[in-house]
Formats: sequence, C-alpha cells, structure tokens
Amino acid sequence: MSTSESATPSKRWPAIRFNVNGEARSVKVPPMKRLLDVLREDLHLTGTKEGCGEGECGSCSVRMNGELLNSCLVPVLQAEGADIQTVEGLALDGALHPLQEAFLCHGGAQCGICTPGMLMAAAQLLQLNPHPAMPEIREALAGNLCRCTGFMRILESVAAAVDAQSASPATKLTTEQMHHAR
Amino acid sequence: MRGNADLHDFVAPDNLGAVLDLLAAEPGAWTPIAGGTELMVAFAAGRLAAPKLVSLWGIPDLRAIEVSARSVVIGAAATFLDLRRHAVIAAELPLLAKAASWIGSVANQGRATLGGNLVNGSPAADSSPALLAYDAEIELISVRGRRRVPYSEFHTGYKSNVLAADELLYAIHLPRLFAVHKQYLRKVGTRRAMAVAKVALGATALLENGVIREIRLGAASLAPFPARLLQTEASLLGQTISRDTIQSAHRALLAEIKPIDDIRSTAEYRRRVAVNLLDEFLLQLRREESQS
Repeated sequence: MSTSESATPSKRWPAIRFNVNGEARSVKVPPMKRLLDVLREDLHLTGTKEGCGEGECGSCSVRMNGELLNSCLVPVLQAEGADIQTVEGLALDGALHPLQEAFLCHGGAQCGICTPGMLMAAAQLLQLNPHPAMPEIREALAGNLCRCTGFMRILESVAAAVDAQSASPATKLTTEQMHHAR
Repeated sequence: MRGNADLHDFVAPDNLGAVLDLLAAEPGAWTPIAGGTELMVAFAAGRLAAPKLVSLWGIPDLRAIEVSARSVVIGAAATFLDLRRHAVIAAELPLLAKAASWIGSVANQGRATLGGNLVNGSPAADSSPALLAYDAEIELISVRGRRRVPYSEFHTGYKSNVLAADELLYAIHLPRLFAVHKQYLRKVGTRRAMAVAKVALGATALLENGVIREIRLGAASLAPFPARLLQTEASLLGQTISRDTIQSAHRALLAEIKPIDDIRSTAEYRRRVAVNLLDEFLLQLRREESQS
C-alpha cells in the first residue's frame, strides 16, 4: 500500500461542505462515498443505521433540505451545500423530541435498528401534516421496515405524539415547531 | 462484494451545458446519475459498471415543470414528489400522480426522477403505463441540439432505448387533452408499498354515443419493455363495448403480450391479470357511459 502524500485521500479529494444538525461540516472523502457512510464513519453520527443498503428498508432515513431520503442512496457529493438532519438532531439539549418521548412511552422501539429511520420519517410527516390520520401515518412509514414484529406499537407511538400535540394548550405551533422553539 | 467509492470518478456540474459538454467530449464514457435510487443500489452491491459519473441533481432546468395552454412539460429530473405536489398534474393527469405515489416510499419519491425511471427502462416501470396512456413525447438534448420522439418509440428492447451516447433525456411532454377522457390505472403487485409490479395497465379512452373514438392502453411487465397495446387498441377502436368486442379484445391482448416467468410472477398469472385489468377498464367505461 502506498504511503506517499499524493495518494493519501485527504490530498486527493476536495472538501465537500454541508450542514449536519445545524453545524457546518466538511469532509474530504471520495465523492461517490455514500452519505450514510460519511455520517457514520467520518462524522461518527452512528444513530443513522444501515439496514438493507438498497433503499428498501428506511433504516438510514435522514432529512436533506427538508425532504426525507435514504442516505444509503445518496453519493455525498450530491449533499454539497445541503442542510441535513439526522436522528441526533431531533433531541434538543438533552430534551427528547415529542416523537422520541412517544416511542419511549408506547413501546415503539424494540431492537432499535429501524427506530432512527422511523423517527425521521415520522418527523417529516408531522412537519408537512401536523394532524395526520392513521392511513396517512401508515403511508408515511410504509418505506420503513421493522423486523422485530412491532409495527402496531410504532404506528401507535406516532399517533400518540399527534394526540399529545392536539391536547396541548391552544397553540398554532406544530410538534416540530414547539420542540424547536424551546 | 461491496462498492468501492475510490473506483469511480464523480462530478457535479452546476449547469446543463457543462453536462452536455462532458457527454459530447467522451460519448458513452459518462453515466448520468440523478436521484441515485437505481444506480446507488448497484453501487452498494459492487455491480455499478460506471467508472465516470456525472450528477444531474440540482440542475434547475432539468427539474422544472412548465404548464402552457397545450401541454405540461416535465423536466427529466423532476422527482415523483414534485409530480405528486403539482396541482395541474393532480387535476388533469391523475394517472401520473397516482403512479408517482406508487414509487417505492416517500423517501424514494423525493429522490427518484421521472427521467430516471424511463432511462432505467425496467419493463415494470411504474410511470410508464400512465405516460403511454397520455401519449407522452420525450425530448432529448445534446450539444447537437434537441429532438422529440413519441414515448411509445423510446424503448427499443430490454433496457435499451433511442438515446445516443452523447444525449440526455431532457423533458417529458404531455398534451393537455385528457381531461375529457375516461382514465384508468391499476398496478398488481405483492404489497402496496415498495413492491415492483407483476402487471400494470394504464388506459385512456374517449367515447361518443357508446362508440370508442380514442383509446390508448399502456402496459408494464407484459413485454421486454413498457409498451402500448396497439393490437388491442385497434380491436376496440370504433366499437361499442359488448360481449363480442370484449372477447375479441381478449384475443388481441393475449396475441400481442409476451409475459415471462420470473422472480415476481409467472407468465400464466400475468396473462390472466392482464385480461382482468382490461375487463375492469372496459366494464368501467360501459358503466360510466350508461350512467351519462
């Protein structure tokens, strides 16, 4: 293996810059490296999980520029300049996101591999539709697979977060906005 | 084996001209990649035979959806979420909005593009039956200029199409003529989300006093590529919908489709489902006609 300077990755690859959970980050990695691997290996944000690696299971879901996507299918160069939110960006200063609270209280997590993706898909749903009905919750989570058996508890957790929001004192803010306004 | 990012050159120009220059400078050497929902799967599995890739993500002209009096023109890199959220598409081209809602999951719909679906050329492509039923035209672009071909002539074989080595799929043109047509689209798959079609049929028709004056049928997974069912259409054109015309349409359909046995279904099942879908559409037409 060559150890010459010209062959070291950091010299060969120009920096790719983006924001993750509100923080400016810069990586020097091959431009085809998957965003999933950059998050986990280069930025040590291991909350984002790899399930299938084919865009079928949703475990690696993150939000980029306001859209939900599977980070296993994004070459990192396409994230240049983007705003990315991972599951680590849901909790604020140690205060769990209302969805995280709901998953905790209602048994929405079993082994935990699918949970970060479920949370991100649910957070995306609540951002666009603060009062989803169960069919809408089901559609929003249809791309996230749980292999522990527990879809009902996951769906109920999201519904509980919606209910908690509806029951809270009169406010026009969504779950997301209330959480991030704190 | 897994994909190795070191083995691929990958560039992301910020404008269309730069992409076309690359394609022209080394025809066939560069593989365009938009949302990556196909190519990144191949990459992860270590079977992406594309040493040089050029990104189409984030090039504004490729993602525009433009509506004029006569047509809706969809940039090739518009995502399926873009299509689902577009008011004119929802109102006048509901089959396309419906097909967009079938693509994978929400996370896939925000990345997968209409042009990518067509260039990938899967026989089971979700958007194809709707585009065939709407008589779509495909606009291709290169440094040499632009040209348009009917979508029904875009695919030339299994995973092959009319694109030259230096050409890019630029836009999909849909005439605004179908608001008055009866429309139908159904996909039969294993489950509702994330499943590839076993069979899908898209259809539009215009009837006059019970007589079929226009009919377009687009099918997925019944041939090596998505295709119009021209013989079946011909058997129905100018006819009223009777037991006899339905039976002759069955014969034309079974004569022109070429379904196969594969991992998702069997040729026999596909033949039966194709006939059932056609029946469902024709019976819907007859019912709506008798009510009007």
